[in-house]
Amino acid sequence: MKRQLPIAITFILGFVLTLQYFIPHRSFEIVYEVTNIWLQIIGFFAMILGILSLVMLHWDKIQYKKTNWGYSIVTLVSLVGITLVGVIGTEESPAFNWLYNYILAPISATMFALLAFFIASAAYRAFRARTIIATILLLAAIIVMMGRVPIGSIISFGIFPKLSDILLNYPNVAAKRAILMGVGLGAAATGLKVMLGIERSYMGSD
Amino acid sequence: MTIYEKMMNIDRRWIYLIVGFAVLVPAIFPFTVPVAITPEVRSVYKFVEELKPGDYLFLGIDYDPSTMAELHPMSKAIMAQCFKKDVKLIITALSQNGPGMAEQLINEISTKYDKKNHIDYCFLGYKPYPGITILNMGVNFKLTFPNDYYKVPLDSIPVMRGIRNYTDCKGVIDVCAGNIADMWIGFGNGRYGVPLALGVTGVMAADYYPYLQSGQIFGLMPGMKGAAEYETLADYKTTGIKSMAYQTTSHIIILMFIIISNIGFFLSRKKAKLG
Repeated sequence: MKRQLPIAITFILGFVLTLQYFIPHRSFEIVYEVTNIWLQIIGFFAMILGILSLVMLHWDKIQYKKTNWGYSIVTLVSLVGITLVGVIGTEESPAFNWLYNYILAPISATMFALLAFFIASAAYRAFRARTIIATILLLAAIIVMMGRVPIGSIISFGIFPKLSDILLNYPNVAAKRAILMGVGLGAAATGLKVMLGIERSYMGSD
Repeated sequence: MTIYEKMMNIDRRWIYLIVGFAVLVPAIFPFTVPVAITPEVRSVYKFVEELKPGDYLFLGIDYDPSTMAELHPMSKAIMAQCFKKDVKLIITALSQNGPGMAEQLINEISTKYDKKNHIDYCFLGYKPYPGITILNMGVNFKLTFPNDYYKVPLDSIPVMRGIRNYTDCKGVIDVCAGNIADMWIGFGNGRYGVPLALGVTGVMAADYYPYLQSGQIFGLMPGMKGAAEYETLADYKTTGIKSMAYQTTSHIIILMFIIISNIGFFLSRKKAKLG
């Protein structure tokens, strides 16, 4: 029963929801609407599980003073603090907005801005014409990089942007489309395997 | 270590320092660079420009503060263009830290154009699980958002009167960082056929060109350059166009480092061959 019931629910829901996509009838629309509401409610419980898992993981780190346990204190204090300020003071409260505007926003923006430095260092090391493939990668990178900034257009009399567009619209699209088709077919096959009970790893190992 | 080897092994701290200086140059000596308009950005601008007063546009502000430097300017320009044209906006923020970004934008631009909440626009706010939220909004906005961000029931909001789902909007423009764009393509456009345009970060842009070619999105604004282009078209110049100077100097420096490393590589290889 522990295994059969989830498989039965998965099969029935998977089958009905696949069917409703192709049948534009009101009864199927109702099924679709109700299922979507259920999805959001179930998703909320998944969020509770996620928060519990995060708290347990960091609590364990603090309790046994594992490596970098100090960061775990920061994580838990931030989690409880922001939640309390948000719940007690409402989202529009000055305290919540202050935390958002003066702590979260600058920290996030700074972290992302640091990428520019890492990218510069990585490009210097990676883009070296060691082989033919590496040379193609190097040329493509230079063309796209210079094609996407105004200076590239000025120094090349508009050639870099045109070449950049060709690279993005043809080789890039061809490769991406092939990957997307593969991913799509793989997802459909996995979905079918889950619906038919062939793929059961989502139920755990018990 | 020979000079060629040194050219190939510059300490990363020097690279960081020089990139830092390169970024400082436009701040100390400001300059502007001309921006060429690409068709993918022009089509977004044209779409908004062709909307009539009273038309509805759905605007997704689906990014966190980490990407605000790239995405805030284009959101501002789009919102300003809509408010100038009296286009009604329905706004959501489906990224966890997105509501703060959306609020900043709304407060700044609505004040500038004297637009009122619930009359000229409605900010629905955030709900977790963007995929499900997008699907539900396609049935009825009230399914996911019975109240707006400020806890006001949707039924009592004048601008939402008679507005049920995407079919009542002329289109969706989603400005996002992350996979929410994929959900808009798969569920918003794929399931409900809503005309969709995207504003994405520079690193994401290459991923969305196939959708542009297939017509699943009618426009694409890639990163800071896209923002600068949109600002130029909408004549609403803020940080997007200014940032082009910073991007120019930093790109030149990165290119110089690549050239130095390759000269070092070729000369050291030549020297090794000669014995």
